[in-house]
Amino acid sequence: MSAPRAEAGGRTGTLGPWLLIAVLGLASVGLQAARDRDRHPFEPTGGMLWIQSGPAMKRLVLGYDTIAADLYWMRAVVYYGGQRLRPAGDRSYDLLFPMLDLVTSLDPRFRVAYRFGAIFLAESFPNGPGRPDQSIALLEDGLARDGERWEYMHDIGFVYYWWLQDYQKAAEWFGRGSRAPGAPEWLAPLAATTLATGGDRQSSRTLWQQLHDSSEFPWIRTNAEFRLRQLDAMDLIDQLNAVAERYQAREGRVAQTWQEFVRAGYLRGIPLDPSGTPLVINPVTGRIGLAADSALQPLPAEPPPPSAVPVPRPPS
Amino acid sequence: MRTIGLVAGAVFRESVRDRIPYAMVAFAVLLIAASYLIGQLTAGQDMKVIKDLGLAAMSWFGLLIAVFIGITLVSKEVERRSVFALLAKPVSRAQFVVGKYLGLVMTLAVNLAVMTVAFYAVLLYMDMTTAPGIKSVWPAPALDPHLAVAVVLTVAELSIVTAVALFFSTFSSPLLAALFTVGLWVAGHFNADLRNFEAVLDARPVVLLARGLYYVLPNLAPFNIRAEVVHGIDVPASQVLLTLAYAVVYIGILLTASVMVFRRRDFK
Repeated sequence: MSAPRAEAGGRTGTLGPWLLIAVLGLASVGLQAARDRDRHPFEPTGGMLWIQSGPAMKRLVLGYDTIAADLYWMRAVVYYGGQRLRPAGDRSYDLLFPMLDLVTSLDPRFRVAYRFGAIFLAESFPNGPGRPDQSIALLEDGLARDGERWEYMHDIGFVYYWWLQDYQKAAEWFGRGSRAPGAPEWLAPLAATTLATGGDRQSSRTLWQQLHDSSEFPWIRTNAEFRLRQLDAMDLIDQLNAVAERYQAREGRVAQTWQEFVRAGYLRGIPLDPSGTPLVINPVTGRIGLAADSALQPLPAEPPPPSAVPVPRPPS
Repeated sequence: MRTIGLVAGAVFRESVRDRIPYAMVAFAVLLIAASYLIGQLTAGQDMKVIKDLGLAAMSWFGLLIAVFIGITLVSKEVERRSVFALLAKPVSRAQFVVGKYLGLVMTLAVNLAVMTVAFYAVLLYMDMTTAPGIKSVWPAPALDPHLAVAVVLTVAELSIVTAVALFFSTFSSPLLAALFTVGLWVAGHFNADLRNFEAVLDARPVVLLARGLYYVLPNLAPFNIRAEVVHGIDVPASQVLLTLAYAVVYIGILLTASVMVFRRRDFK
């Protein structure tokens, strides 16, 4: 008779702790939720990077260089993405270069980190730190650490072309890239075109198109597609401004609404930019431009054309 | 040889009873979970990160097993006084030490073999679920057989670490043995600095001392070919074979020293 009683007591004894764990677990969740409602832990606005020296970090990670590089790479991607999501005035990209420098010091063959830096370090504020010098420094480190890769030379040329509008330097780097092992055939003509027509919108389009077609990284292609859409928008705006000038010449006044163009037979409806947002007319000047909320804002400044056609000189 | 095999088998069975294989399950779960999560954070570098993570995790788990079991291999027997019963049997001290060592190396090898299977399973899954256009730009195929070479060298490195742990275990407490073993493992990764000491110091005797230490301390850096393998860079077979030969010789030295120390110990 005592055995069944002992068994029943045992069941109760087993159930009790489980019940206690469940109750305490629920209480823990509730307490955390209550605490988190009013808790605002201190977070430095710019983030922290305690160790910024690549050689020092390489020693500290004791042979696990590549996995440490991966961790810093993910941190750099999240950091950049996180800053892009903030309001424009709150953004800071101070740690982007040190992070990418750590990644490439730990894993000198991490090609994507060099190319990510080339694109996004040069990007002007608020979409990037606006530091083409850091872009070039990172890519030159890539050339020193990872060998004479044409991709890095192309990217240096690209930074000189697009962000610094130094077409001679751009052509020099494109030319140097075209002589590197495995370089594509289009790189040598690109060097010549850059010298002849650098700054020309068609040259810019060719450059972005080549970057798009030659890159294996989706985010480079996405960025190139965005730039190509901006160039399309600039073409469209130029065409519409020509229409507006014809309208003004015929009517003797600027058009203030799209309906005026439609009624006059110049347009069939309200034109949209390549992102699908309606274009706008400045009612005072009659000039046509992107809407303030267009996804293509801000359009790049039209670089000045090269004043002369200098003789290319290969970089040392 | 049969006696050594029996001692080794006992060590292996004990490690299984101690739930060491749970590490394998943890490893597989970690990798599978990671492959889903990190794909979102790596901006297209998921294959590289999974390979890096897999190879590094194998090395970490293996190091933990090598150090924390290695340091107790002998001292536990002495502490429990089971060493008296063992040595009363027809088992020489040399057979005891070598058997213990081989048992732990067998445990490590089986652990890493299972982890390698889990690793390749995750890579196969990645390979099957990735578009051909993306796969074409990977520096090395997902199921690259060279990854197995990196694992073999990791096993060889951990075999040296195990021999170091066993050596210290023959004459010191587990805590000191752990400290010495980890210390030597760290030093083993800085060895190249000792060889190039003349680049930072002009004192000839110190340079010679550093050069001597370079040859005496275990040189573990050449066992790490993880970066080369992940980036699809060829590692010459001669380098791999020389590194493996170095491991065999260095382990031989450590086991001989362990047997010498253990033979001198008085268990009265």
